[in-house]
Amino acid sequence: MQIQEVLSLLKNFNAKEELLQRLVTPEIEALVAKIPKPVGSFGFDAWGYNEDSFKVGIAVFKLLYDHYFRVQVHGLEHIPKNGRVLIVPNHSGQLPMDGVLIGIATATNPKGPRAARAMIERFFPTVPWLGNLLNSWGGVIGDPVNCVKMLEAEEAIIVFPEGVRGSGKLYKDRYKLQRFGNGFMHLAMNQHTPIVPCGVVGCEETMPAIANLAPLAKLLGVPYVPVVPAPFPLPAKVILNFGEPMHFAPVRTEEEVTTRVEQVKTEIQRLINKGLQERTSIY
Amino acid sequence: MAVEKKAAANGAANKKTVLVTGAAGALAKRVIARLHGRYNVVAVDFRRKVETDAGIPSYKVEMEKRGFEDIFLNHKIDAVLHIGRIFAHESSRDRRYNANVLGAKKLFELCKKYGVGQVLIHSTYYVYGASAYNPALLDESHPLKASEVTMDLVDSVELESLANIYLWKHPELHITILRPCNVLGPGVRNSMSLLLSHTFTPVLLGFSPMMQFLHVDDMADALVLAFEQNKPGIYNVAPDDYIPYQRAVEECGCRKFPIPGIPPVVPKLMSSLLNWGAFFPPYLINYFKYPVILDGRLFNETFGWKPKRNLNDIFTYYRKTKLSSS
Repeated sequence: MQIQEVLSLLKNFNAKEELLQRLVTPEIEALVAKIPKPVGSFGFDAWGYNEDSFKVGIAVFKLLYDHYFRVQVHGLEHIPKNGRVLIVPNHSGQLPMDGVLIGIATATNPKGPRAARAMIERFFPTVPWLGNLLNSWGGVIGDPVNCVKMLEAEEAIIVFPEGVRGSGKLYKDRYKLQRFGNGFMHLAMNQHTPIVPCGVVGCEETMPAIANLAPLAKLLGVPYVPVVPAPFPLPAKVILNFGEPMHFAPVRTEEEVTTRVEQVKTEIQRLINKGLQERTSIY
Repeated sequence: MAVEKKAAANGAANKKTVLVTGAAGALAKRVIARLHGRYNVVAVDFRRKVETDAGIPSYKVEMEKRGFEDIFLNHKIDAVLHIGRIFAHESSRDRRYNANVLGAKKLFELCKKYGVGQVLIHSTYYVYGASAYNPALLDESHPLKASEVTMDLVDSVELESLANIYLWKHPELHITILRPCNVLGPGVRNSMSLLLSHTFTPVLLGFSPMMQFLHVDDMADALVLAFEQNKPGIYNVAPDDYIPYQRAVEECGCRKFPIPGIPPVVPKLMSSLLNWGAFFPPYLINYFKYPVILDGRLFNETFGWKPKRNLNDIFTYYRKTKLSSS
C-alpha cells in the first residue's frame, strides 16, 4: 500500500515544475503582472524577452540580491512607473553583476516594477544557449537601432556609458569614472527620454582586479582577462542610489552634448560618494 | 442577349488587366482568386501552364525568354504582380540568376515599353541577411546584407537593387516592393513551410532565433491591398508578434532533430550530406541561428492593414496535417 502511494506520488512528480513553483513565488508573479510590458501571443517580444524566463531570472537573482550582495537601494521613486527612461549607472566589477542587480532592483520596485533592458556585448548572440537566455531575460545587444526602437516602445533601458572601460578597470582605479561615450545623451535628447542617474557602490569589490592580461585577452578575442582573487564575485555589500530624472532638450554641437554628459557624470559621482558614505563595511 | 454580351465585353474592356507571375504557387493562386472578377487577370508561370478559372488566360513562359513579350502584345497589361521566383533549391545558381535577375530586368523593360502603370515586386526578408549583430525591428532602410551571408542569396538582393533603380528612374512604373517575413499556410512550398511540415525538424543546438510568421491568406490580402492603393515604395510586411524558431517547431507538432550549431561549418556540412537542400539548405543555416525581425509599421500604417490570423492559427494547420497523416 505504502509503496503504491509513494509510486503514485513519484508519478506526479516533475522536477522542473517543482523547482519552478518553489522559485517563482506568488510575489514575483504579482510583480511581473504589474510590469507595463507588452508581449506577443506566446509571451515574447521582438528582442526575445519572455515573461516566463524573466520570472525565473528574477527568482534566481533575487536570492543573490537579498542574501549574497545584501543590496541596499535608495531613490527607487525616481524611476518612472511607465514610459521611456534611460537608467545610467557607473560600471564596475569585471562581470556585469551591476547590471543584473539594477535589473532586480527595478523589477522588484514596490513603487512600480519595470522590466529594464540591459545592453549586452555583441559577441553574446554567438554563444549557444547563453545568447538566447540573456535575450529572454531582457538583454539586448547594444545597438543604437535597438535603443531607439525600445524607447519608442516606452521601455526602460540600462546603459553603461563607460562600457568595458568601466567594467574592466583595475582595483586601484575603483570609483573613478572612466570616459563616458556620448551615445546615450544623443538617445535621450532625440527620443525625449529622461535620464535616471545611478551610483553603484560595492561591485568594485566583488572582483577586485590587480592586473589585466591584455595579450591573452587579445588572443581570446575578449575585452579583458583580469587577475582576480577568486573566479567568482565576492560577497561585497552593494548600495544602489538612484538620482532624480534629468531632462535634456536637443542641442546642436557635439561640444554641447559633451558638456551635458559631464553633468550626468557629475551627478553619478555625487551618488557614488553618497553610497560610499552610507557604507559601513565592504563585505 | 447580344446587349448583355456587349455589356460584358465592355465591362472587360473597362477593367484593368493584371499580369500575375508565379501563378502555380499558393500565394499567387490566392491573389488571382481575389482579383478575379474585378480585374482581367493573366496568369503566367515558368513551371507549368496553370489550370485557371474561365476567363483567365494562362501561360507557361520563362520571363527571360523572348516569348514573354508576346503576352504584352496580346494583352494590354495595366499592372504586373511579380510573385514568381525560382527558389535556390529549385535550380542552379546561374540559372536562378538568369531567371530571377535578368528575367526581372526584362520584365521592367517590357513594362516600360508597353506603358504598364504599376509593378509590384514580391521580395523576401532574407535580403536583410541573418547576422549575430542584427538589431531587431529592421526598417526598410536597413542595409541588405544577405550577400554577405551567402552567395546563394545574391539574386534576391540584386533583384531588389534592380527594382530600386527602376523605382527611381521610372516613377511612371509605380513600383512597390514588398518584403514579407516567413509566409506559411496550406499549399505553401517555401523552405520554412516544407520544414515545418516534416515530422523531424532540424534545429541548431543552443540557437533559437526570434521569427515572424504570416498566413498566406494575410499575405495575399496585403498584396491585393498594396496593388489597389498603389503607393509606390518599399515595405516590410510582418506582424507585431514574435516567437523563437524552436518554439514554433514545437507548436507545429514537429519533433526536434538537434544538430550542433557551432562551429558554423558543422550544420552546413550536415545539411549538404543529408541532402536537406529543399527545407534546411546550407545557405539558410544562419537564419536558424540569428534573428531577422522586421518592423512592419510602415506598411500597416500606409495601407491600414493588419493580419487577421494569429500565430496559433498558422501553426494549427501544420499540427492538424501531421495528426491526419498519422
